[in-house]
Amino acid sequence: MKFDPSKSLSATITEIKPSGIRKFFDILNERKDVIGLTVGQPDFVTPWHIRDAGVRSLQEGLTYYTANNGIIEMREEIAKYQSRRFGLEYDPATEIIVTVGGSEAIDIAMRAVIEPGDEVIIPEPSFVCYGPIATLAGAKAVPVALSPDNGFRLTAQQLKDAITEKTKLLVLPFPNNPTGSVMRKEDLEAIAAVLRETNICVLSDEIYAELTYGEKHISIASIPDMRERTIIANGFSKAYAMTGWRMGYTLAPAYFTKQMAKIHQYAIMCAPTTSQYAAIEALKNGDKDIEYMKGEYEGRRNLIVSELNRIGIDAFMPEGAFYVFADLRKFGIDDEEFCQRLLDEKGCAIVPGSAFGESGRGFARISYAYSVKHIQKAIERMEAFIKTL
Amino acid sequence: MKERILAYLEQNARVSNKDIATMLGITEADVAKVIKECEADGTIMNYRTVIDWDKTGKSSVTALIELKTIPQRDKGFDSVAERVCNFPEVKSVCLMSGGFDLAITVECSTMREVAFFVAEKLATIEGVTATATHFELQKYKENGVIYGTEIVDKRGNNW
Repeated sequence: MKFDPSKSLSATITEIKPSGIRKFFDILNERKDVIGLTVGQPDFVTPWHIRDAGVRSLQEGLTYYTANNGIIEMREEIAKYQSRRFGLEYDPATEIIVTVGGSEAIDIAMRAVIEPGDEVIIPEPSFVCYGPIATLAGAKAVPVALSPDNGFRLTAQQLKDAITEKTKLLVLPFPNNPTGSVMRKEDLEAIAAVLRETNICVLSDEIYAELTYGEKHISIASIPDMRERTIIANGFSKAYAMTGWRMGYTLAPAYFTKQMAKIHQYAIMCAPTTSQYAAIEALKNGDKDIEYMKGEYEGRRNLIVSELNRIGIDAFMPEGAFYVFADLRKFGIDDEEFCQRLLDEKGCAIVPGSAFGESGRGFARISYAYSVKHIQKAIERMEAFIKTL
Repeated sequence: MKERILAYLEQNARVSNKDIATMLGITEADVAKVIKECEADGTIMNYRTVIDWDKTGKSSVTALIELKTIPQRDKGFDSVAERVCNFPEVKSVCLMSGGFDLAITVECSTMREVAFFVAEKLATIEGVTATATHFELQKYKENGVIYGTEIVDKRGNNW
């Protein structure tokens, strides 16, 4: 009998669409001489003292598995760091799991709470992974379209409208990729007021928590009654420029952590040992690196927003992450067409907003995780393109 | 704010006031004012360019010279240091803790010239008791710039 792969593949996975940004990046990889503002990771190399700690751990022969939930010293340092920087208190022994990047943190959080048929509320535009991961866990993803009119924040009304009796989980992706929007304390309090009347739990993706340029990031877990229903996903990629190390973690009450730990234990065993040693150094001695990089991003943000506005692209000042979510609606062409033509005609790449959800249509994500010189070159190309419209 | 303006200038002395102003969210006039004040009070001492002269074909020899001296009444090491500073061959002079007193960087076009300079000019200064000359063989990093490395974006289009 001839083997038929289509019969063996799971329909759940084959029906999931590949990521829209992926599609765009694949086109880019085929072209040279493109000036892009597309990449969603820091341009900085991991600070040397952190890399050195990783290298040293290898030289010392620390090449074994660690405890499932991560080296205890690392979890202790995470607890201290969260307390020091964000005023959150978590117990290293029972409330923290070191994961393979923020991505695994999101995955185990969803799998720990979702049952088939549950609904997961996902504000959009947002990073591309929440819907597919929720789907894989058997849930129905319920996108909530955020609006540029209030800076792409989630409002209590939008949340209320999306809640049904099947709603299990709310994803809070702030500071947000791709919009750069943040939720202020009063925004979170309004959300909390809605949640208090329900048994809905929250997955707060705080990977960009260090990169806010006005007020300091506030976690929903710090709002009264919210800690008990919140799983925080965080990691080292953005704050310390450590994307390739794949280091993340979850912070959650012990009853969540205990169940997530089982998924982590059986699927992953433990996060990479070398990366954990590097991350310990980052937590102990990396606060100054965060401040330095944040200062650089802030300068570039101010520059790029001012330049975009100068050449006639509407962009509001993002308060977090390292993206500008530019409004292209006035040009009368679709965001995908805009980005495709900008690439074809001027060799400049930005990511269509619709890659981050239907509500991102008409916008484009422009990353400023690039040197000032690079940003200026890209702006020149965009300016030339806009003149042709 | 002053420190942030200076940090941008230290990175790139040719960055425009306009760009600094935009990046820091202040006016161009504010930037100009701070720079003017810093130039006037000597906080900004000079605007120099980091050059890899080897690329021009111009060859030179750099040496680090350790100098031991007898400190002088009332003046300590200052008078010897001041005399050393006046030689145009001398690129830097620092008073050091430890086994010797002054660390001097000298740049000449040949090793012979350096040897001559040490023997004839430095060693003969009153109060100098000993010198040790170390020739620089290869420059790896100077003024925060690593030589021979290009900044390459290695990220690729992966997310």
